[in-house]
Parts: sequence; C-alpha cells; structure tokens
Amino acid sequence: MSALIKVKGLTRIFDVSKPWLNRVIERLPKALLTAVSDVSFEVEENSVYALVGESGSGKSTIGKIVVGLVPPSQGSVMINDVDLATETDAAKVEAVRADIQMIFQDPYASLNPRWRVREIIAEPVAAKGGNTTGLAERLLEQVGLSAADAVKYPHEFSGGQRQRICIARALASEPKVIVCDEPTSALDVSVQAQVLNLMSDLREEFGLTYLFISHDLTVVQHMADRIGVLYLGRLVEEAPRDILFEDPKHPYTRMLFDAAPRMDGFGREVDPPKGEIPDAINPPKGCAFHPRCPIAVERCSRERPEMRDVRGARVACHLAE
Amino acid sequence: MSNPVLSVRDLVVEIPTRNGILRPVDNVSYDIAAGEILGVVGESGAGKSMTGNAVIGLLDPPARIASGEVLLDGKPIQGLKGEALRRLRGKKMGMIFQDPLTSLNPLLTVGEQLEETILEHLPISAAEARKRAVEALEEVGIPAAAQRIGSYPHEFSGGMRQRVVIALALCAEPDLVIADEPTTALDVSVQAQIVALLKRLCRERGVAVMLVTHDMGVIAEAADRVAVMYAGRLAELGPVRDVLTNARHPYTAGLMGSTPLASQGQRRLRQIPGAMPRLGALPQGCAFHPRCDRAEDRCRAEPGPTISACDGRAACWFPLGYPQEATG
Amino acid sequence: MTQTETPPTPAPVKAPSRLSRAWHSDLAWSFRRAPVAMISAFVVIVLVLSAVLAPLIAPHDPFNPATLNLMNGFTPPGEANAFTGDFFFLGTDDQGRDVFSTILYGMRISLFVGFAAVMLAMVLGVILGLLAGYLGGWTETIIMRVADVQLTFPAILVAMLIFGIAKGITPPEYRDQMAIWVLILAIGLSDWVQFARVVRGATLVEKSREYVQAAKLIGRSPLSIMLRHILPNVLNPVLVIATISLALAIIAEATLSFLGVGAPPTKPSLGTLIRIGQEFMFSGEWWILFFPAVTLLALALSINLLGDWLRDALNPKLR
Repeated sequence: MSALIKVKGLTRIFDVSKPWLNRVIERLPKALLTAVSDVSFEVEENSVYALVGESGSGKSTIGKIVVGLVPPSQGSVMINDVDLATETDAAKVEAVRADIQMIFQDPYASLNPRWRVREIIAEPVAAKGGNTTGLAERLLEQVGLSAADAVKYPHEFSGGQRQRICIARALASEPKVIVCDEPTSALDVSVQAQVLNLMSDLREEFGLTYLFISHDLTVVQHMADRIGVLYLGRLVEEAPRDILFEDPKHPYTRMLFDAAPRMDGFGREVDPPKGEIPDAINPPKGCAFHPRCPIAVERCSRERPEMRDVRGARVACHLAE
Repeated sequence: MSNPVLSVRDLVVEIPTRNGILRPVDNVSYDIAAGEILGVVGESGAGKSMTGNAVIGLLDPPARIASGEVLLDGKPIQGLKGEALRRLRGKKMGMIFQDPLTSLNPLLTVGEQLEETILEHLPISAAEARKRAVEALEEVGIPAAAQRIGSYPHEFSGGMRQRVVIALALCAEPDLVIADEPTTALDVSVQAQIVALLKRLCRERGVAVMLVTHDMGVIAEAADRVAVMYAGRLAELGPVRDVLTNARHPYTAGLMGSTPLASQGQRRLRQIPGAMPRLGALPQGCAFHPRCDRAEDRCRAEPGPTISACDGRAACWFPLGYPQEATG
Repeated sequence: MTQTETPPTPAPVKAPSRLSRAWHSDLAWSFRRAPVAMISAFVVIVLVLSAVLAPLIAPHDPFNPATLNLMNGFTPPGEANAFTGDFFFLGTDDQGRDVFSTILYGMRISLFVGFAAVMLAMVLGVILGLLAGYLGGWTETIIMRVADVQLTFPAILVAMLIFGIAKGITPPEYRDQMAIWVLILAIGLSDWVQFARVVRGATLVEKSREYVQAAKLIGRSPLSIMLRHILPNVLNPVLVIATISLALAIIAEATLSFLGVGAPPTKPSLGTLIRIGQEFMFSGEWWILFFPAVTLLALALSINLLGDWLRDALNPKLR
C-alpha cells in the first residue's frame, strides 16, 4: 500500500492585523496567526487518518488546505503525487479535484436551502457537464434515504438526514478521499451512531480513504486507523490508534485522555488540567505546551522538540522515551 | 430524601402554534435535594432545556406552563409574576448558560455585575459587596481576582468567562443552580475544569444543581442522579450509576449503546433506528415505540406511561431487566 | 445500511404543485392573518389595475385637446357645470380636464416611473452588492466608499443633480419626451445604495456558509457561485427593500415633479397634478389639489404597509 495523501512541512499563516489605517495610527505591528506550523503526515489508501485537537489546533485549516480551499503558506500536499497548489497540468488538477471531497460540520449550513436535494447531490457532476440522470436517486438510496426525497428541499430533513445528503453529494463525483470536518459533532448521539456506521459501510463498499477531523476522542478512537494529535498548529504525537490509546507518550495527549469525560467515570475526581490554550498569535517559546505541562523542564521553554520515533509512535517531546 | 430544594410535579409546558398545541414538556416530575446534582440528558428537542426554563420562569411566550407545580423550598413559584419572580430568581436561583458571552453584560465590568447582583439580594454595604465579589472570583479559580475585577467580559477567555458566569450565579447564595449545557461550547481540557468546579461548589455550598446536557460522559462524572428525557417526557430517572450501567428503559439502553466507547472495540456502533419524532407528529401511545424493538400492542395503544405508573424508575411497560440486555 | 431514519412526514410520491405549496406556505399563512396587509394589498391592486386600465375606465381622455371644453373649467366635484351642464365625478381643473381621468393617467406615469426606477436601483445595487461582498478587497472598498459618499447627500438632491446634468446634455426639442426616462435614471441612481449595502451584508454571511465552500470545492466559478448559490439566498431582504423603495420612489417622483423638474405638464404624473392643484388651493378650488394628493397618499401608504408586513413575515426571528 502506498500513501495516497502526503502532507509535508505544511504551514499556514493568517494575517489577522487590524486595518492598515488603524495600524498606522495605533502603531501596532502586523498580527500574524500561525494556524498550522510544519505539519507532516501520510495517509495510506483505504485507511482512516484522524486529526484531533482542541480549538485553535489548526485541524480544520489542515482539512481546508488538503482539499484546496485554502492555499498553504509553505509546504505541500500531494494527492496521488499531484500537488494541487503548484500543478500546471489542468487535466491532472481536474482529476485530483474529483478525487477529493469534503463533508462539513454543520449540516444546516452545508446545503443550499433554495435548491432541491436532486440538484444539490448532482452538482459535482453537473458542474463538469456529466450525465446526472438517476444519479441523485441512486446515491440517496445508498446513504439510506429514499429516492423520493430527491424532489424535497433541505429544510424538510432532520440534522442526521441532512448529513446523509452531504455524504451523497460527496460521493457523486466518485472520489477516493473524503475529508470529514467534525461530521457528527452537530448531531445527537443516536444519530451520530447511524452516520458513523454509514461512513464505515461506505468506506468498505467504495474503498474510500478518510481524513477525519474531530475533537471527540471517543469518535476518533472508534473510526481511525491512525491518529495525529495537534496542539497550537503543530503535530505533537502521531501513532496507530491502538498504540496511541494504550500508550500515549506526549504529556498533552495524556492530559486530553484524562480530561475527556468517561461514561464509566462515576464520581471520578480528576485533577483538572492546568491553564488554557495560549493565544496562537503569541505562542509560548520552545515547546508550546510547556506552560501547562506537568513534567516540563527548563529545556522545554528554550528548545522546540522535533518529531522523533518512540516505541511505534512519532512524538514531539524532549522527555518522551 | 427529606425536604427537596426543588420539587417539580406533573409539569406540562405547552406552545400553541398554527398546527395545534405542542407539548415540549409533558408530565415531568422530579426532586432535587440540597447538595445534589441532578443530570438531565436527552437529544435535541427532548425538552431538557425547556424544563429548566420553565423552572426559572424564563419561558418565551407563547410557551407557558399549562399545568403542574414547581415548588422551591416547598413554596409554589409558577404563579409568581414580575418583581416577585425576578427577586426570587436572583436570590434563590442561579443560572449558567451554554454561551457565557450572552449571559454577561458586555458594557459592565465583571466586578460591577457581581456587586450589582450581590447588593440587590444581600443586605450589605457597597464596600462589603466589593470584597464579596473578589472572593467570588477567587472561589471560581480566576487568578489575580483583585486585578481582574475591573475587566470587561470580552477580556476573558471562554473558560474564564464561564467561571465568571458561575461566580455570578452563586454570588447571591442561591439554593438552586440551573446549568444549561454549561460546558458544551468549551474545549475538553477546559470542560474538565468547569465540571470539577461545579462539583466542588455544589458540595461545599450544599446547592442543588440541575445540570442539563447532552453529554453522557459529563453526566456520569458529575451527576448524582440522572433524568433521561425523550420527546418531552421523562423516560428514566434514577441514581446515575444504576441508570447508565443497568438501563431499564430501551431508549436509555439505546443511547448508551450508540456512544462510541473504548471498551466496545467493535467496528459497528449499536444504533437506534429512526430519529426522535417532531413534537407536532408524536406517534400514538408511547412516543418511543416506533423505534423500540420491544414494543408490543400495549405500547402502541395506551398513552405513554409515566415513571410512577411503571416500576418507579423507567417509564416503560416492559422495562429491561438485565445488564447484558442493556448493553447488547 | 438496513436501518434508515423515518422521514418526519410521509414521503410524497410527487412534489406538491407550485400553487398548493404557495397557498400553504408560511408567507401565505401570515398574510391571511394580517388584516392591514390584506387591506393594503387590496388598495394597491385596485389602484394599479385602474392605472393600467385607465384608457378603458377614464370617462375622458385628458390629453386630447379636442375633447376639452374650457367652459368646463373649475367644475366642483359632484355638481353639474353651470354653463355646459356636464357632470364630473371629482370635478375639473382650470382647463376643464376631468380630475378623475387625470388622476388615472397620472398614476400610470407615477407607477411606471416608480417601478422602472426601483428595477434600475435593484439591478444595480444587487450586482454591486454581490461583487463587493463576494470579492472583497479593493472592489469592495471602492464600491462601498462610493455608496457611503452618496449616502451623505439626501437622495432627492442626488436625483436633482442627475436630472440637471441629463437635462443639460439633451437637446431642447427632446426634453419633454426624455423627461420620464431622465426621472427614472435620476431616482434609480439615487436609490441603489441601500440595495448594495443589504446585499453585501447578506453575501458576507452566505459566503462563509459551508454550502458555498462545497460549491467552491466542486470547482464552480465565482460568477456561478454568486448567481446560482448566493443570489437566491439574499433575495428576501431585497424583496422587502424593493417594496418599500417603490413607495419612496413614487414619492420622490412626485416631489421632483412638484418642484417642476419632473414629469412635464403635457404628461402629468401625480406630482405634477399636485403642483398644478396647489396654485388653486387658496382660491377655493380645493379638489384640484386634494384628490391627486389623497391618491398619492393611499398608494404610497399601502405599498409601504405591505413592505412592512413583508419584512416581518420574512424575518424568521419574529415569526
């Protein structure tokens, strides 16, 4: 098996400065937010790679860069050995674009309320002038809705049903990769189970590869084959699922696991994690996690740890061994 | 349980609409004792927030309490209006909402908001109130409280803001706190901090807490008892460990089974077929029967059972008996 | 996939017809429960119909000098003329023209100018608003600064300025013919700003929604996203503004005509009629002013009330 997605040294910096005139008058420097910083990972074909992290970790930005909605500041994303940002051969770009689709977080905002379901689902094919006869009806049945739903409008469906429609739209161009940005975090638990099961079924049926973005550890543990943990735009730990959950090596990963509420944690008295996520515009020097880290030493505030291999995982921590 | 702080009896909330009268809360009864956390869980539209709003008297018209009783310290409050209700709300009840930004006044410093609330409800001097405000901020874990008291809400981070809201809810020393999804907007690590804070304050002050959330994990860790709501009714009510590990209502069991859990390790999640019916299109009989694999004729024919009519814990004619069956 | 969600309503085999959907829509429901809106709509329909059908309804053709009899001048409403014995429902003006007929014909011009000016303002404002909101950057800065500058002048002043320039560059012999078109241009250009501002705001909201991102991902061009995805979703506020603007445009036209820079006396609009009428207001011939003024009031007020209702009905927060 070869890597279908290769992300190398990905960095994305956003300019979040105030307008030019305000900056001149108030003598403020340009404010640059490093949303993603030097992130590298590879996704095998027909696997599920999950990115987890809290807000500000850059996980959604990585998803948008991978599908080409946001250009990277540095680094590259290769899909099938084609880099969307630099490839000049229009035919290749077109082919890769059709190979990669996205499912969004909010099922209420991701469907155009003025369009019928049939038009929504068929759009990826219609936009390229393809034949859409019966396409929407076939896909609707594949995602567990009925063909008769094709003439309805999005507002006639519940959140879970809308997410199924989004999945049907993503499948329309017969992609190889689907980037799922928090696909179930807006859904109730019982509906989430339905959607996750559907995604697993479709993956087997079509040989899909998922880049799964989530903040929910239980969902990630259920779905992913390999997991990358992000903190303030950097990958801090990356490992196959079982290794990560049985033996988390980065102190941040351990903190996340401890803090997550557990269904069997009756009356559990956790020692809650210290502090909050720092401001991404002025991240701490050295290891970004060191101010909250229970085991930090002096070196952590000076020197940023590089990714290295530790017992089957890649970890960015000086003290992991 | 002697003398519950909050007693809700057969509460019915109705919303008249163009297509008839909806009942987002239907025949709900429960008690909360001092120092106890009652978790209220359910999926969106189950009526869990509406129950909380009915108790505080914050129902948006045209929603109204159609029948039933809400007793606070043994005194009915559902008839109170205007000033009397407002005083009671501040003095006896505190509220914590999902979005801390909307529950704080952006134009006043947190100190002004705390002092205002304290002065309104406690007979103390302004200087005393200021001292209390600093103490309240210290108690909820805001570092350098004496300096930060002059800050505006937008100068705090999300987690710190929620701490301010908790301080505000508790500063008038209420008997009951209603927390509506207090951690939903927060990150995992901050959520753990807030849950721990709520638990500590509840224990130390002996406050009764109604914790409304959709997160079973939060309930498991924080609540003493749990009320599971489905389509406006209580499906199950009991001690949290019993309900979560040994569910009697098929809906509770389904909800537990559909949560992706570490211990399960299987590739497919157990799922409840279908979705919760809309309020305007409730099925005849027990509202859960179309999704229930145990449903029999009685479930379809007779109106939905109440907990007291059944085994005292689950509102189900045929409750599950064994833990094996519950987790499938 | 063996288990599926039950749809909230039983799945119809065929989509319901457009007409029945319209009748059962929330908008129609709210209309049926708003007596003010119903009365306003009735008044507007009656006035518009009578304006459109003026040649069939009007008892006289006020613009055909052959049918005019100067002896009929200043006939009071509801009385027979002292010299000729002719009877005029709403009286006559100084030249013996039937006031009722002039109002019908005047309303045609007022409504035409109003509609056309709003259409112009709407098309211009929607296009510029979409461009500003979607493209952002310098496009947005330029469009919105121009809009801001124009907003600092009263609309009527802008209209008079445009009117003056246009009059200056048209040859005198075409001035009367061109007057109507110049009016439309002047009012339309003075009114596009509010469309542009509202559309830009709504576009900014829609642009950030995920369905637009999905369309980008599919590879749709910006033009296609603006027209096919965003435009249909920003039309509700445009409809409301267009309705209220129609009332304002009719009043603006009347104001310009009243000031003597609008419709010429040979083709009088309601505003021209009011200007003619006010000359006789203090000499006892009140009807020449009164009836056109009341018509203008009824027209503008009912369109405005209709717009108010539409705004509330389309606002999901108030429903």
